[in-house]
Amino acid sequence: MRKKLYNFAFFDEGSKREVRRAILKAVAIPGYQVPFASREMPIARGWGTGGLQITLSLVGRDDVIKVIDQGADESVNAVSIKRLVSGTTGIATTEDTREATIIQSRHRIPEAPLVEGQILVLQVPTPEPLRFVEPSEYATKRLHAEKEYSGAYLALFEEIMKHGHVSTGADHPVTVEDRYVMAPSPIPRFDNPKLNGSRALILLGAGREKKIYAVPPFAKVASLDFEDHPFEVESLVGKRCRVCGATGVYMDEIVDAAAAVYQCNDTSHCDAVLKARRAAFDGEGGAA
Amino acid sequence: MGYIAVRGGAEAIEASIERLKYMRLRKGRILEVAAIEAGMRALIDQVMSEASLYDEAMAAVSIKQAEGSPEEAVFLMRAFRSTLPRSHYSLTLDSRDMRVERRISASFKEIPGGQILGASCDYTHRLIDSVLIDESEEEASQWVADYLSPAEDDRSAVAHEALGAPLSAIDYVRALGLLRDRPIDDGEPRDVTKRALEFPASRSERLQILARGQTGAVTALGYAAIRGYGATLHPTVGELRVGLVSVYVPDPFSTSQHDDAEALGNAYYVGEVRITAVETLVPVSVRRGPDKSEIEFELGFGAVLGQNETKAIAVSLLDQCLETGEKRYATQDEEFVLLHVDSVEATGFISHLKLPHYVSFQSKLDSVRKARGT
Repeated sequence: MRKKLYNFAFFDEGSKREVRRAILKAVAIPGYQVPFASREMPIARGWGTGGLQITLSLVGRDDVIKVIDQGADESVNAVSIKRLVSGTTGIATTEDTREATIIQSRHRIPEAPLVEGQILVLQVPTPEPLRFVEPSEYATKRLHAEKEYSGAYLALFEEIMKHGHVSTGADHPVTVEDRYVMAPSPIPRFDNPKLNGSRALILLGAGREKKIYAVPPFAKVASLDFEDHPFEVESLVGKRCRVCGATGVYMDEIVDAAAAVYQCNDTSHCDAVLKARRAAFDGEGGAA
Repeated sequence: MGYIAVRGGAEAIEASIERLKYMRLRKGRILEVAAIEAGMRALIDQVMSEASLYDEAMAAVSIKQAEGSPEEAVFLMRAFRSTLPRSHYSLTLDSRDMRVERRISASFKEIPGGQILGASCDYTHRLIDSVLIDESEEEASQWVADYLSPAEDDRSAVAHEALGAPLSAIDYVRALGLLRDRPIDDGEPRDVTKRALEFPASRSERLQILARGQTGAVTALGYAAIRGYGATLHPTVGELRVGLVSVYVPDPFSTSQHDDAEALGNAYYVGEVRITAVETLVPVSVRRGPDKSEIEFELGFGAVLGQNETKAIAVSLLDQCLETGEKRYATQDEEFVLLHVDSVEATGFISHLKLPHYVSFQSKLDSVRKARGT
């Protein structure tokens, strides 16, 4: 019954076209949140339906998809989304960042540099960077139209006054092409610089909030900061992956009995580093 | 051995889904879809209304698959709905052309056309009926046969007469000059499932969103409105109607721009849907001069798929609240009301809190440590 009920990539073709139109507009106006008729999906609102709608509207028979959730390919929700995409399309899936044509991700930009032709789809819970300054959608739309972002800066300023530094966690706001202030989705600050001049097309989808926006390739993206309080990424000092030994990548803090230990957050990158080390080791004739 | 970042998610998910199936089947009994369709009218109506998809058979399957959870059944229906092409809009349905099954007014003892109580729990005592534990299909069939036997008056035809557009209770108040009418807008409604809602919303968009709202959420906000967080004076149900309305789709090649007789003449009949339509009279105080104010009535309207009376009344109350739009009351703030009553959106976002958040949490932890200098 299911096979007969649903089309290739779940949506009817008319719905896909509608989503693609919104995507085209988003690419044309970098950082601007394009409202779109967000459909209900077979996964729950807040579980990546915005990203999923983008992915399903774009996916073709030759695509190879990778899905990550909080950096991990095997996280439960990543597996669930991957199953849905491959189940309704029959296309190949991968864990290797370099092999994928479409990468749907929640809260991370992969460690391996993305290249031209790849599309990164980020799932977004709250697309409005001004939402915590101004709860009304009607009002925030006007603030964007007038490029009135003093509220966003004031929020950062207040944090400096209170805590001595900017204490945003993930989802630190950015300015795209010197025009729109944009929520990069809750990626860690560590990933913010990867948005700037990205070779891959980055599409952001918020299903529940019904918005699509984009960072086109090579677009200028700057994290909000002040001259005397420059933007800072999370501290990685002294952190080394306990599995592959990598440094300088975003780490998960693993709660162990005695001390904090660290492990690569990007599981695919961790595997790649391990494989490379194993190959080098074998090449030296070290392994039997 | 400490906690290892979870791998093997695929197998774990598979096992969880299997377990879910086991929980549904473990007692060795299967709920027949036909039995759900026959005996769970209220739940089916609620699910169809919140899903905004009128399909009793699909609702019954969804309820079976969801093990009776309305939240989950609505979710299934909505996800199915979004794969259906939306090719046509019906002509305007006028609830006065309804084949009435139930029609009551709380404003007047007698209304033109009479009060028709129809089927309702309103007049029952909520005592659990232990007889139902052992109810048999034979007894049930016999009871129905007796009920419909010609010896009794023609029950099968009861309330299946069209009302023939009689005066409604509302028309009476209108004739007295006490009703402040809203301008009639017969323009093409903006379909909230095809265009994202933008503010300020039109009345048609509000009524659509309320009509597909979660029953409990809409009811709670309607209740808040009449308890003092919105409507200031006690509203009255002018008329509540439940019944079947015919749905016509205009001839796609017709050049007629309006829902007139010509359009109807060329239209195609596609079936009928059961709806609940409510007109509520809300008294409002109107200033007539420096120290004179009078009471007038404003109309709140609610129409929902299926027999969902509490929800339909709550919709009508919120309609009036949102038309008033004084933002000091949450129930009159359209962003507050319209963005929070949808079942799929609300349950989805709440349940997403179960997803891992360790990247964002780690990032916050970094900030907290930096602030404390540790």
